[in-house]
Amino acid sequence: MNEAIGFGFIVMGIAFDFFGCLGLVRFPDVYNRLHSSIKCVTLGTSSILFGLFLIKGFSAGGVIALLCILFLVLTAPVSAHVLARSAHKFGTKLCKGSVCDKYAEDKDALS
Amino acid sequence: MIRIRVTLFLLAFAAWVLLTWSVHLQNICVGLIVAVFVSFMTADLFVPRQQNRFQIFRYLWFLYYIPIFLWECLKANFDGAYRVIHPDVPLNPGIVKVKTALRSDTAITFLANTLSLKPGTMTVDVDKEKGCLYVHWVDVKTQDVDAATEIIVSKFEKILMRIFE
Repeated sequence: MNEAIGFGFIVMGIAFDFFGCLGLVRFPDVYNRLHSSIKCVTLGTSSILFGLFLIKGFSAGGVIALLCILFLVLTAPVSAHVLARSAHKFGTKLCKGSVCDKYAEDKDALS
Repeated sequence: MIRIRVTLFLLAFAAWVLLTWSVHLQNICVGLIVAVFVSFMTADLFVPRQQNRFQIFRYLWFLYYIPIFLWECLKANFDGAYRVIHPDVPLNPGIVKVKTALRSDTAITFLANTLSLKPGTMTVDVDKEKGCLYVHWVDVKTQDVDAATEIIVSKFEKILMRIFE
């Protein structure tokens, strides 16, 4: 029973990872691409690891999978934030249909 | 400082034992050396929170926060998948500014991380002195600071205020 649920989680995770990677190709600029990659890949990879934990149980592989979920959820948003911030400081423009950029306005007002 | 080092040593050692998942003597010895090294190198970066460590309701609010966070994360994934599959790629992106009432470092970090994983928003920069965050929003509904704060931040801010402040 646990194995069946675990395989369900793994299939769901692979589907979310696939959509995240598809977003990397289809979205127009670096910020939107970060959106798709960070959300889909975090939950997708987490559910793959959780499925692995359900299959393996409390053995070496299962506990390592749980720890990896913890580290992934804590670090993935930070890396996305750093990438977006450095891209903006580097001068990457938002894509064509963008509505507003309050960050650039405030930076211009300061300097 | 000593208390921070000891706490960090115990955390690092527990992580090591869980990662190796064996109680052989050589694994434990290597783990001890690595944990001592880590606790001496990174104790300066550890955030101290002495005053409210033993207030039990903070942990209860944190338990309440976890399922809400997971539900928002799941919604974010379906939202992202919908935007990817849709033939026109429905986007209306922009960077908006939101205000926050949170002050402590841990709370702002948690808020920024949560915003990065909730549907349609991603933190670009944090201005701690003015208490505002710059958020990249996939579907900009309003450019006004207060209205955007109401939509994006307020739901999580109330819970995080009870946990960390």
